[in-house]
Amino acid sequence: MEINLATPVLYTLAGIFGLLTIATLTVLGLALSHWDTDYSELNARIKSWWVMVTIFSLAILLKHPASIIFFMFLSFIALREYLSVIPTRFSDRRVLLWAYLAIVLQYFWIYIGWYGMFLIFIPIYMFLLLPMRMLLTGETEGFLNAIGTIHWGLMLNVYTISHLSYLIMLPLSGNPIAGGTGLLVYLLLLTEINDISQYIFGKLFGRHKIIPKVSPNKTVEGLLGGVLTTTGLAIALAPWLTPFDLVHAGFLGLLLSLTGFIGDVNISALKRDLGIKDSGNLLPGHGGILDRIDSLTYTAPLFFHFTVYFYFQGQLL
Amino acid sequence: MKQIISVIFFLTTKIIVLVLLGLRIQHRERLPTTGPAILVANHNSHLDTLVLLSLFPLSKVQHLRPVANEEYFLQQNPCLAWFARHILHIIPVSTESGNCRDNCSNHRNFFKNCADAIAENQILILYPEGTRGTPESIGEFRSGIAHLAKQHPHVPIVPIFLHGLGKALPKGDFLIVPLLCSIFIGEAMYWNGQKQIFLQQLTERVQALSAEK
Repeated sequence: MEINLATPVLYTLAGIFGLLTIATLTVLGLALSHWDTDYSELNARIKSWWVMVTIFSLAILLKHPASIIFFMFLSFIALREYLSVIPTRFSDRRVLLWAYLAIVLQYFWIYIGWYGMFLIFIPIYMFLLLPMRMLLTGETEGFLNAIGTIHWGLMLNVYTISHLSYLIMLPLSGNPIAGGTGLLVYLLLLTEINDISQYIFGKLFGRHKIIPKVSPNKTVEGLLGGVLTTTGLAIALAPWLTPFDLVHAGFLGLLLSLTGFIGDVNISALKRDLGIKDSGNLLPGHGGILDRIDSLTYTAPLFFHFTVYFYFQGQLL
Repeated sequence: MKQIISVIFFLTTKIIVLVLLGLRIQHRERLPTTGPAILVANHNSHLDTLVLLSLFPLSKVQHLRPVANEEYFLQQNPCLAWFARHILHIIPVSTESGNCRDNCSNHRNFFKNCADAIAENQILILYPEGTRGTPESIGEFRSGIAHLAKQHPHVPIVPIFLHGLGKALPKGDFLIVPLLCSIFIGEAMYWNGQKQIFLQQLTERVQALSAEK
């Protein structure tokens, strides 16, 4: 077993555990001084964070291919959750199996470093194959709904999330300081801090609702707080973990916080349509796995392609 | 040998239930930890029995006795029959005999086997619909469970509702599609002296659990 993480990445991980400790102690202090208030949900939330951060840290510490298996499993439980909450036709059981099989293949392309196939496999090959398999059953009633929802699920839960995994595979030449793992930690940290700071600023100062029809808890104040925190952190961490200059880091901070917000309300709209509050109950205090990775479905591919365009041009095949 | 196969089988079962079905258990505390008891569930899939077995620790699994169709499990295929007898420890029941007059000895045998198991503090698993039926719908309960309850008025009968398994692995298919499934465990009930009322109450309990999903 080989541990080869760049020092800045290790320090960042240590910093994250430090933040979690502070959060845990703060909630503990709050619970002691306000014993009449119920902090059980906040507690459960932080406990889940501990579990998620620990599993993720182990996955990247062990590096190749443990991290690929970790993200493959993440896509699997996300797709399983998605396909369990959306209405699916009984006749499409075989189609669903093919969709699950696509996860293994998508991560196999990452494992062997076949960049071109990684990019087109789900948007082209699965896009063409799934309706073909569906036609074999010949059930046309609800065909459009079925094929549309299944392929959207693959894009959302597998294609976008697999970009996180490919970040680790990026060559060191584009980011000599901290490698692909540094980029991954940078992206994940910014996306999650953005979620948390939007939530906190929204709770503290939230007045003006942005889209009350989709998500009544989202406020202009929360979004702005998230944008400021995330952009600040993006600029501060960039020299540590990434090759980004000031302009790129600032732009990415803006991009991640705004699109993270869109990813979040995207899943909110889905849940509202299905009439459910949480997508599942895998993560106590958070809800389901989709409730946690919602922002990442937007930030992961956008961050990946921005970085590849500016820093890995011509280095991937 | 039997022991090894048995342990491998139950560990695989637990992994399948966790990874492929992500089983959500509601009211776990209502599950009896020791026998005798009778678990009564709706039936849509072969996975039903595996899910129920997976709720118990490996050391307890030997005490579980699924009531299973004799023609299907014991008379089709010798491998399946060996497996059903020695790993699953089924209590065979014949579904072909319509009523007691045609096949009295079969019925008597079945109830005797059940009484023996209960006397040994085992936990029976019984599907009163008698068949897996159409996916994700509850069929009519047959009266066998009422007879059993009448013969053992002090044994707790635990109604259970299983959700989603008929879609993960329906009747007639052999490939499991990973989908989240749930199990709802109801409060134990006892024989109340009246066959029709008992059956109706039991059906209502299972249907009430199905409304929780």
